[in-house]
Amino acid sequence: MKLKKKEKPTPAISTASLPDIVFMLLFFFMVTTVMRETDLKVKVVVPQATEIQKLEKKSLVSYIHIGVPTESFRAQFGTAPRIQLNDAFATPSMIAEFIDKERAARSEQEVPLLTTSIKADREVKMGIVTDVKQELRKANALKLNYSSSLRTEVY
Amino acid sequence: MARPVQEVNAGSMADIAFLLLIFFLVTTTIDTDKGISIKLPPMPEENQPKNDIRIKERNVLQVLVNANDMLLVDGQPSDIKELKRLAKDFIDNPSKNPELSESPQKAIISLKNDRGTSYNIYIQVHNELKAAYNELRDARARMLYGRGMDQLPESRQNEIKDYYRQVISEAEPEG
Repeated sequence: MKLKKKEKPTPAISTASLPDIVFMLLFFFMVTTVMRETDLKVKVVVPQATEIQKLEKKSLVSYIHIGVPTESFRAQFGTAPRIQLNDAFATPSMIAEFIDKERAARSEQEVPLLTTSIKADREVKMGIVTDVKQELRKANALKLNYSSSLRTEVY
Repeated sequence: MARPVQEVNAGSMADIAFLLLIFFLVTTTIDTDKGISIKLPPMPEENQPKNDIRIKERNVLQVLVNANDMLLVDGQPSDIKELKRLAKDFIDNPSKNPELSESPQKAIISLKNDRGTSYNIYIQVHNELKAAYNELRDARARMLYGRGMDQLPESRQNEIKDYYRQVISEAEPEG
């Protein structure tokens, strides 16, 4: 008897579950995407540096933005660099209160780990940054991070 | 007459989902927070007497930045591109120059800036000083253990960090 290979048509791979898989991925990304909590009212282009470190715990970081108000706010607030805390423009004297609020929102063990991240535009002058630094020292918030982006070329 | 229920073609569902997925992938900015970390000195207490600790002149590297972003390093006009080399020479002092620091542990870098100094140059100065320390630490790690700093266990890292202790003192702002 001769064995004859019969040509069987290969069944097509079912793609019916593909949408499910893709939807799962989609939901994963939708859930993990963190929308920016605060609207930036100041223009910030952080300086570039080579020796940067990652901030480990995002939940333990409070942000202070410093920069020139964005165009829609210029008519009202002018073009001088300003400080933004949370959602509003602020003066240096409001920083102590801001730090107190940030501390109150955390548990006691986490308070010493709180870091302040200064996101300042590279064009601003040190005067306003010095004021912020002094206020932070007064509030005893000494862990500080100057937000910077990575620069690849080295001097 | 009942018509047979027409089945919805779900074949293009995957395409739609992919489209959405790609949209989210593209718009998601993984907002990593990176930057130069420093520790501010605590505010001096008001009734605390001014402590004039005498530090030998040779153990201090004065870095001044004026309102025009020009650098003065130990009295000499300098450039940001030179700062790292100057700082490394000062900290390590391999040639035992009597003008430079006695030992890496005694080296102090004093930083002073004007209110008109740009934030960018201030960060660059911090960056270069940090780079000087990092390079010295890495070189020592390679000399002692034949490996870079990032490959050493933490105890060894701390040992080297203690050897090259980064002391950057920022001047109290005036006024």
